[in-house]
Amino acid sequence: MRMSRIVRTAADILYPTILIFGLYIVAHGHLTPGGGFQGGAVIATGGALVIVAYSYKEVTGWLTKNVLMGQEVIGLFGFIGVGLLALAFGQVFFFNYLANSGSLFGIPVPYGINAGELYTAGVIPLMNFAVGIEVWGGLTIVILYMLSGLEKEEC
Amino acid sequence: MKKMLVVGASLLILAAFFGVIAMTFSFGSPKMTDMDDYFLRYGQEQTGSNNECTAVVFDFRGFDTLGESTVLFCAIIGVALIFRKMQGGEEYEDE
Amino acid sequence: MLWNLPFITVVVLTLIGLVTVLLKKNIIKILMGINILNSAVNLFIVALGYRAGGVAPIFTLAPSELMVLPTPQALVLTSIVIGVATSALVLSFAMVLQKKYGTVDIDKIRRLNG
Repeated sequence: MRMSRIVRTAADILYPTILIFGLYIVAHGHLTPGGGFQGGAVIATGGALVIVAYSYKEVTGWLTKNVLMGQEVIGLFGFIGVGLLALAFGQVFFFNYLANSGSLFGIPVPYGINAGELYTAGVIPLMNFAVGIEVWGGLTIVILYMLSGLEKEEC
Repeated sequence: MKKMLVVGASLLILAAFFGVIAMTFSFGSPKMTDMDDYFLRYGQEQTGSNNECTAVVFDFRGFDTLGESTVLFCAIIGVALIFRKMQGGEEYEDE
Repeated sequence: MLWNLPFITVVVLTLIGLVTVLLKKNIIKILMGINILNSAVNLFIVALGYRAGGVAPIFTLAPSELMVLPTPQALVLTSIVIGVATSALVLSFAMVLQKKYGTVDIDKIRRLNG
């Protein structure tokens, strides 16, 4: 059932904030505590807030199951694809071919305490994005399917 | 009444057994740290990331993360298969 | 005895989880017991890798150079995600069981089909 107008407005304002905060945790996985799995769980919590504030019939108009399932598949195959691309460079599976190389994510880092630079760490930010998208789609789809299984009870 | 005595006695024996084993661990000084000393000394130069846990999860031990992603994917597919709707609106077929 | 407090907590949590799985009659409580056992094992693995006076193994603006071991934390990350996947699957089993039998008491969910 729909919640009152105050709850719906608060969910409307909070959902983009939670989305940006979760994407920040995913993107800075190689500098601060966090990474793919933690950030994906934060974004799925934002999706759960929207599902609680609005009724189930309205939410299935926006968060469709096909789009979320496609997101999960893209995440897993992106993760495997980034690992397989190392075979094209002549190295082993899952080799870090972008670190210390000077191209996309490849500024070298000396040993010691420093302030953190975003364009370092090679292949690791790409893997963080793939896993974050997979966990986002996966956890939101579990919540939607469990809600649809309850629909006959008229809760 | 007899069941509670049997349960209580076996709980005490298990607690004593595990407790004696838990006393032999020393908290704060791990015994073998050769691999982690290598990760802490050379991990930042070789992978280029400041976060050592992310470097271990995604670069030095990336194969375990691949297995974990696959397990998560298969569990979510299992949940989606359980709540499937058939043609006539039934949840699952009754034979 | 107080300097070993994390390991004593692991023993207490394991016993609570075992008692809940073996002795309770409600199916949701049994599944929560499985979750408690998961938490006990994760705490044990993380507590094995602590160095006295160490900080988190992150080089961005770190206070000092003595760091704890990073490998147990990586293993526990994997274990927590697998625990989430297991809990989601067995809870949806419990939902289907409740819809078919009308109760969550495991003494009444005993007749096989047919």
